Order: sequence, then structure tokens, then C-alpha cells
Amino acid sequence: MKLSKRFWGFIIAALVIYAVVQVLITTGTLNPFYSNTLIFICINIMLAVSLHLVIGITGQFSIGHAGFLALGAYLSAIVTMKLHLPFILALIVGGIVAAFAGLIVGIPTLRLRGDYLAIATLGFAEIIRIIFLNIEYVGGAAGMQVKHMTTWTYAFISLVITIIIISNFTNSRHGRACIAIREDEIAADAMGINTTYYKVLAFVIGAFFAGIAGGLYAHNFYIIQPQNFGFLKSFDILIFVVLGGLGSLSGSVISAILLTLVSTFLQEYPETRMILYSVVLILVMLYRPQGLMGTKEITDVVANLRSKRREAS
Amino acid sequence: MEWLQQIINGISLGSIYALIALGYTMVYGIIKLINFAHGEVFMIGAFTGFVAIVHFELSFVPALIIAMFTCSVVGVLIERIAYKRLRESTRIAALITAIGMSLFIQYLFIYFRGAEPEAYPQDVLPERTLDIFGVKVSMQALLILFISIVLMILLQFIVQKTKIGRAMRAVSYDKDAARLMGINVDNTISATFAIGSALAGAAGVIFGIYYTKIDPLMGLIPGLKAFVAAVLGGIGIIPGAMVGGFILGIVETLVSAAGFSLFRDAAAFIILILILLFRPAGIFGKNTKEKV
Amino acid sequence: MKEQPILELKDLGIQFGGLKAVDKLNMTLYDNELIGLIGPNGAGKTTVFNMITGVYTPTEGDIVFRGERINGLPPFKVTRKGISRTFQNIRLFNDLSVLDNVKVANHSLAGHSVFSSMFRMPKHFIGEREMELKSMQLLKIFELDGLKDELAKNLPYGMQRRLEIARALAAAPKLLLLDEPAAGMNPQETKELMDLIHFVRKQYDLTILLIEHDMRLVMGICERIYVLDHGQLIAHGTGEEIRNDPKVIEAYLGEEVSIDAQS
Repeated sequence: MKLSKRFWGFIIAALVIYAVVQVLITTGTLNPFYSNTLIFICINIMLAVSLHLVIGITGQFSIGHAGFLALGAYLSAIVTMKLHLPFILALIVGGIVAAFAGLIVGIPTLRLRGDYLAIATLGFAEIIRIIFLNIEYVGGAAGMQVKHMTTWTYAFISLVITIIIISNFTNSRHGRACIAIREDEIAADAMGINTTYYKVLAFVIGAFFAGIAGGLYAHNFYIIQPQNFGFLKSFDILIFVVLGGLGSLSGSVISAILLTLVSTFLQEYPETRMILYSVVLILVMLYRPQGLMGTKEITDVVANLRSKRREAS
Repeated sequence: MEWLQQIINGISLGSIYALIALGYTMVYGIIKLINFAHGEVFMIGAFTGFVAIVHFELSFVPALIIAMFTCSVVGVLIERIAYKRLRESTRIAALITAIGMSLFIQYLFIYFRGAEPEAYPQDVLPERTLDIFGVKVSMQALLILFISIVLMILLQFIVQKTKIGRAMRAVSYDKDAARLMGINVDNTISATFAIGSALAGAAGVIFGIYYTKIDPLMGLIPGLKAFVAAVLGGIGIIPGAMVGGFILGIVETLVSAAGFSLFRDAAAFIILILILLFRPAGIFGKNTKEKV
Repeated sequence: MKEQPILELKDLGIQFGGLKAVDKLNMTLYDNELIGLIGPNGAGKTTVFNMITGVYTPTEGDIVFRGERINGLPPFKVTRKGISRTFQNIRLFNDLSVLDNVKVANHSLAGHSVFSSMFRMPKHFIGEREMELKSMQLLKIFELDGLKDELAKNLPYGMQRRLEIARALAAAPKLLLLDEPAAGMNPQETKELMDLIHFVRKQYDLTILLIEHDMRLVMGICERIYVLDHGQLIAHGTGEEIRNDPKVIEAYLGEEVSIDAQS
């Protein structure tokens, strides 16, 4: 069957990046600080891309993504630390539980529009956080010890799978249905699209990958605490998507990479980082509300440049 | 009689929520924006009141007035700097800006002053306990309730009887028609922010006196809960915000009293989700249909 | 002499608050007819469309489509039963290409699952190719195939109207509801549109119900006309009968459109 040139290009690029980083890590050229940052970038891209499906593609303004991250993190930690089962299984369990939560949260709330949906999702994320805060089994407010198990290989493979599946979904009749909902829900409904089904589906898929990212996140640190998954975490993920351009997958990838680097360098100055983030967010909304990429993808931009150059010559 | 005492505590807490919720509801009613930064205005009010009482040794009423004034200035600045340009943009863009504004104020405040909390002095209002038919009621709780109700009556008067109130109602009903009728829409929206923010400032001072501890991040959770109160009563409806605030305060206090104090914060969000599902227009709201 | 009707409205009514927007409306449409629904502004024409397509649930009466009662069904189910529509104020998917707009409406005719698309199984490719072919066929008929990659929002007004009809047809309807398809078009465009409507009716074996303000269009192409005023049916018949009906003339008095001047 025909898989596009773009697909193979992506796979080859991914293999090259993976191999180079892996070599650098095994030879010790990259110290643990940098390899950790790279893993963190992978996790953040997964979060950005999964939220991009909900906000950018389907147009459902969810600001509680950290709730699914928390579910994935805690559930996977329970699987490895309490049940002593393999890490890979933990990741999958984290994803499935988060997806299931997405289903339960999504069915009632996705009937709401705009602002109301935003507040409801925020509320759900808070409820999830408060529940973990109150469960002694996972350490309550003190948090839960987790072994460091996330490696570059795990993180990168998960990332590649996330991007392929979400981009495949988007570029199909199902993704088009979601975009139609974003563009005009009433018209989409009138064209025979089951809008509730697709809104919930996008939400569930987004939650699933956020859950996997949660598993990687938990096992990349030594401890997880409910306070890691508050509103600020949701905000961090939101800003990736908004800054990258609502509707652009490559935009959210690029802004996740940039902002993770920025916040790594500003780690010692959390206030400066938050001031910077919020000012950037406000300025972007005021002067370039479509974000870095708008709804375009990096491939469109490159193709455009090429055709312009051809015209010029 | 224990539960009656709890209900009175709940009403005091609720009056704080109600004061904040009024600002949310007024702003939402007029420009259809959830002003996330409203919680931060509340925080600024609490700190202004603190400075006035501790450093300038003012008594309660002048401190309250200074906090209200400062907050209305801050509110108008927020509106003029960030929100005014967003009137024609999408709802999502406006909402994101509001979230950005909220975090910006929080962290700018921390940047300049540090994150450490402050404690209001205990003797701002007379602390006595009254015994009414066997129910112990703190004087403070009653005074807080009294002040809140006075402010709410004042607000109702402004909205219903004054020229600016009529302009506010006209703009929230139909901005363009109001403009054609010669109403200065920009000034009316600024006035709405000023009044709503003043109420949040008052809530900040009252919160400080009642709960003592204040800190730069204190605005987030009461702000969100006040929004829940506004939705509960029917967003855009002023009496709705008051009733919503009182109900939320009572429910939270009862949840704590029943021994689930750790889940107190979840109660508001559970109420929010239930109300959105079963009566999205709120207690006093009318359901409207989108025009096709 | 007539077969079973394709659409029947029986004593249909809806109230908003205390106001009866449409009251005791009876209409019967037969296969392959082209019917006009006219009336002054605010007569309730679009409300009728909204009830038929499931946007509003009628408070009284029944909507029977091909022998089946469909009131209360959500819009997407009504569409899948075979009723498709356009909107009075164009509602295209602005940031999607012309081709994708049509493909969206093709959606429920394709069978490939979410799973097969996510993992790019053979069924996905077969399904997507079929959607592409069908959509391109429609675009050719509407002479929009040259613009297939253009974003819908960048099309000129008249083409947006045409694209909306093409999109409605992509849902493979038996009954097509057109809400003021010629609004804002110049006489030349209107004429072309009339020919196009005739053509697609034959080509796709459609029944068409048309709301229109442009009297010439309605009188010119509709076989029967229903006239609505203040939510009530005031006349029904051929163009000639309607033109001479005193009630219709009265309803239209004061409207800027004079029937005589237009005919």
C-alpha cells in the first residue's frame, strides 16, 4: 500500500535522531543532565501533541490535561513499584486508565462549549489531583517514590508512535470530521457527523497518550507528588499548543522543544520563567492569535518556499 | 446546635465567594469573558488591606476603602491593557489571555516581593462570641456578613438605579445597539471592571481578617470557586452570584464538618460539573438556543 | 395516482417560549418534486428546515420521511436517513480545502474504521481513495475541481454558495433542502444556479425543497409552492395559483419584493 514520501522521510529522520543521541549517550558524550532534558523534551512533545488533537484539531478547549498526566503517572508507578510488573506494561496501563478517565470525563462535559468546557476540565483535573492527595496508598501529599526507569529509547519510541498515530488519525476521514467540528459544529452535525462521538474520541485518544507520557514522566524522576499535576502543569501544556499554533502538529512539537529548553535554562528562576511564559502568551494572543504556525504544518511551509523559489528562478 | 453554627460559618465563607463572584458575573455579562485574573485582584486587595492596617495603622473601614479603590484601578488597567484589544477576537484567545494575565500578576508579585505569606493581625475587628439561643456566633462572622450585604445592596442600587448601571445593562444586552444610542461602551466596560474589582478587593480584606493568612497565590482557588458560584447562580445574573456564593460556602463548610475536610476543595468542582450537566444556565438562568 | 410521499409534515408546530413560530403546518412532498417554500421575512421558513433536519425538536405534530417518523432525531441521524441541507448564512468549514469540505459530507458513506486509519491498514487507503473519487466527481459537476486545494474561506461568494450545495449532495441525500441558495447572487449567477439545480435533481434523482426570496427563481423552477406567513400556511399551489392568491399578495404587501414586478 502507498505510504507517502513524507512518512518515510519522517521515519528516516526519526531513526537518525535516535541513533545519534543513543551513540552520544552510550559513549558518555552527553551527561545525564542533557539526556534527561532530551527525555523531558520527548515527554513534553507527547503531551503537546495529545492536547493538540483535542484543542487544535477538534477545537475543544480543555485546560485540565495534567489530570490525565497524573493518572498515567500514578497508575504506572503503582504497576512498577507496588505490583513489581514490567515498565512497558506500566506505561500501557497508565495510558489505558487515562483513556478510560477521558471517556468518563468526556461524555458528560463535551456537551459544553468554550468557556464552560474549559472550567469543567480544569475542575476534573483538580478533582483527580485532590483524590491522589487523599489516598494513603500512593503517599498522599508526601508523594510516592518511583524508580528511574525511563530511558531515551522508551521515551523516543513512545514519542514516534504518538506522532504517527495522531497524524494518521488527523489525516483521515476521522480527523477531517474532528476539524469540521472545530470549524462549525452545527454544519458538521448537518453533514452527518456524530459530533459527540468524535469529540469524545479525540478526548480519549488525547488522554491515552497523556497517560503514557505520565508513565514516562513518573519514571524519569524519583518521586511524584500531587502538586506536580496542578493547574500550572496544565497551563504548561496548553502554552505549547497555543504558541505552536492551534491546529498545527509540527507547531506544537516545535514550541514544546523550544519551551522545554527555555524552562530548563530558567530552572533556577521559576518566577522569571512564569513571567516570561505569561507575557509571551498574552503578546501572542494580542498580536498573533494563530500562534507560530497557524493551522499550517512545517511540510506545507517548506513546500511553499520551494514553489516560490521555483517561480523566482 | 452544632450544625447551625456550621451553617453560619458557611454563610460567612459564602459571602466572600459571593463578593468575588459578583465581579466574575458582571464582567462575563458584559464582555462574555471569564476574567481569570479576577482572583489576583482579590489577592491584591488582601495585600493592600494588610499594608494599610499594619504599616499605616489604619482601622478596618479606611483600609477596606483603600483596598477597594486600589483594586478598581488594577481592574481597569487589566481591562485597558489586555482585554480591550480582544473584543473582536475568538473566545479561546480571550480566555487564554485571561489565564496569562492571572499568572503574570501572580508571578510579577512574587518576583518583586517574594512568595512568603503574611498574617493579618487578630484585632482588626472586635473578636467576641455572641450567644444567640444557645448558638455561639462569632462577632466577626456577623460583621463580615453585614458588610458583604451592605456592599451587595449598594451594587444592586448602582446597577438598577443609576445612569452608569443602566448603561451597563444596555451594553450587556446589545453592545452595538447601546453604542448607537449614544452610550460610551468603552467607559461602561471599564466601569464594570472597576466595580467588580472593588468588590473583589473588599473580599480580599475580609478574607484576610477572617482567615488571617494571605499569600501571593491565594487568589487561584477562591477565584475558581467564586467562578463556580457565579455559574451556579447563572452567569451574568447579579442576584445569582450572591445566592451561588452562599450555597457554595455552606456546602463546603458542611463537607468539612462531616469529616471530609480534605475533599472540601473538590466539592466546588463536583457542584460545577453537576450544574453544568443538569442546568447549564444556572439556578436563575434561562436556557437559550443557538441561532442557526 | 401518486405514490407514497417522501416527506410529510403533519400538523407540525413549534413554540419558543410562549411564541408559536410555526403552527399546524401540513406539507406533502413526492419523489423527484421541486417544491418552493416562500413567505415574508420572519414567516418561519428556516424554522421549518431546522425542524426537518433535527436542529429543533417540534413541540407538536410529526415529520414523516419515507414512511418513518423522524422528529426528535439528532441532525446527523436525519442526514444519514437521507435529508441534507444548505444554510441561509453560508456555513462552510472555512479552514478546510474545497475538496475536504466535500469529503467531510462524504464521511458517513465510507466504512474504514478509526483503527484502520490510525495504523494505515489497506481498508483506510481504499476508503480514502473512494471518498476522493466521489468528491472530485461532485466538484467537477459544480465546476469547482480546479479550486480543490483552495481554502473554502478564500472562494468568492457565489462559489461558496455552490460549494455548499455540492457539500450537501456529498451526503447522498434523497431530499435536499436549500435555504435561499440564490441570496446575494447576480442575475447571471442565479440563472446558472437554476440550471444546476435542475441538473442535479435529474442526475441524483432528488426531491428538492427550496426556500427562496428571489421570486423569479421560485416561480421559474418550482412545480408547487407553499406560502408561509406568521408561522402558518396561507396558500399552496402552482406558481400561477400563488401569484393570483389574494392572501399571498396581502402577506407580501409592504415587502420590498413585489410579485408582479418580478414575474
